[in-house]
Amino acid sequence: MTVTTGVREAALAAPTPSSTRRRRYRAPDAAGWLTYVLLAVTAFVFLVPFYYMIVAASRPMAEMTQSPPPFLPGPYLWQNISTALEQQAIGLAIVNSLIVSGATTVGTLLFCTLAGFAFAKLRFRGKNALFAVTIGTLMIPPTLGVVPLYKIMSDWNLAGRLESVILPSLVTAFGVFFMRQYLVQTLPDELLEAAKMDGASATRTVVAIVLPIARPGMAVLGMLTFMTAWNDFFWPVIALNSSMPTVQVALNNLGSGYVPDTSIIMAGTLVGTLPVIVVFVLLGKQIVSGIMAGAVKG
Amino acid sequence: MSAPSATAPPAPAGPGPKSPAQRVPLRSKLFRFESAAAPYAYIAPFFLLFFAFGLFPLVYTMWISFHSYELGGEPEFTGWENYTWLFTSDDFYNALWNTFTLGVLSTVPQLLLALGLAHLLNYRMRARNFFRVSMMMPYATSVAASTLVFAQIFGRDAGLANWMLSLVGVDALDWRNGDLSAQIAISIIVIWRWTGYNALIYLAGMQSIPQDLYEAAALDGANRWQQFVHVTLPGLRPTILFTVVVSTIGATQLFGEPLLFGGVDGGALNQYQTLGLYMYQQGWAYGSLGRAATIAWVTFLLIIVLVLVNTALARWRDRDREGARR
Repeated sequence: MTVTTGVREAALAAPTPSSTRRRRYRAPDAAGWLTYVLLAVTAFVFLVPFYYMIVAASRPMAEMTQSPPPFLPGPYLWQNISTALEQQAIGLAIVNSLIVSGATTVGTLLFCTLAGFAFAKLRFRGKNALFAVTIGTLMIPPTLGVVPLYKIMSDWNLAGRLESVILPSLVTAFGVFFMRQYLVQTLPDELLEAAKMDGASATRTVVAIVLPIARPGMAVLGMLTFMTAWNDFFWPVIALNSSMPTVQVALNNLGSGYVPDTSIIMAGTLVGTLPVIVVFVLLGKQIVSGIMAGAVKG
Repeated sequence: MSAPSATAPPAPAGPGPKSPAQRVPLRSKLFRFESAAAPYAYIAPFFLLFFAFGLFPLVYTMWISFHSYELGGEPEFTGWENYTWLFTSDDFYNALWNTFTLGVLSTVPQLLLALGLAHLLNYRMRARNFFRVSMMMPYATSVAASTLVFAQIFGRDAGLANWMLSLVGVDALDWRNGDLSAQIAISIIVIWRWTGYNALIYLAGMQSIPQDLYEAAALDGANRWQQFVHVTLPGLRPTILFTVVVSTIGATQLFGEPLLFGGVDGGALNQYQTLGLYMYQQGWAYGSLGRAATIAWVTFLLIIVLVLVNTALARWRDRDREGARR
């Protein structure tokens, strides 16, 4: 099998028509003032809830019930935050969320890049069928399997522990799909051929050639995975309880009526959301282009 | 170093090249075994986890749906009992209907807004990245966080929404306890979170439409609007179908927004109880995991039907269009 692969792939490698078609972009027209106004209004609407959260989190609850409501942040932010931290284990929740999202991201990057590489560039028996299964489940929401998942985790005595949230999200079909698309476009077959000629082992090829080339794609997938894991709601709410919460579980508890003070709720929400917002402000440009890059083929 | 791929003849992929195997030394045999086994080693961790926690639970859901399974107990086979219960339950049809109305209320405006927004973002402009990133900020915010903030905004006594309504002389609404008003409030949360994301998807689709199509349309005397209708929209068809399918599936999964907006029952009168919330209520508030599995499985079948209908509609319209051209 492998002997013939090299020859065929070398033959396939010569013409790469995929990039020529996409070169002719539409040269965009310059935006008029109306476009700017409309976009500014939209951006304002999209950002107002964040600002409202900060205002509400920094004032006592009573002030928020005035009419008109206050428009500027007040001086009670730290006080509200420390009350929120006392009432719900948000500090622990942030640490837990970092562990869960970190482990999920590392697992997804490792396993999905390897599988994506195999589907993009290697030939093996059953490849098409296996890839079809992967793609076929891309659309199926994982939430539909929560009942058995709950049974499995209870049987394994993992319910309530972080492992129960980490294990099911270690790989995603999307991750494999994303890395396959990325490597099909960026990893030249000639390079793999050359490695083979030089007698590089399969492992060495992955470490020395595939991973360095995959890195930008992995960065985008990593950011998306981390964000998704951080924001995951349904399964963590079922699997975890308030003694070992992730941020979303803690927020769910905050909002479920145990804390009547809305300013405290907003302060807790702010703390739990801040890490993602900071990451997004710093890396937003890359995340945006990553989503757009993944979208073209989708 | 030996290079088997260079020396071996390009034999067709048949029952395995036996003759070169005798010629090559052990080291090459190992080498070849490694490269034959490598693909499977690469996909193995993924598929192991994927089958264990992705596919297997889905099939297992169907199995459990034929069992009575109480929280903390063990499944007992009961045949179609759960299904009889489900299809004679008013709550189920209520949840189904709510899922549908919430789906329409949130998906249709969302995708239309996204299309318009993508069109605006496609112009050459200053502060391009600022606009794009700010449209994506809601997407980065969790369901829980955004719902908690919007629950304040839609508060009855002191909410921002009611204050704005009062500015235009409309009486304050009891958003949370209303029927349509609660559904609108929840839809607004969904729209707020997902419009920017869909706009970016559309933008990516718009940028891959070839320029010569626009030039040809312009030569034929098409104005901006006609170009949008006759070039942009047809070019975006696969993207639009993709977003419609994804948003439809997302609508059937609506859970966190109604839960945090009005509790596990989806409002005092279940007026915004969705299928996802109904499943959670049965399974983890009432402890009937068997019934929850039944709801999940029926939702799954529903999703399959929706996807098939979506694709069939698209194909059918494609064929219609082809026919009209001839």
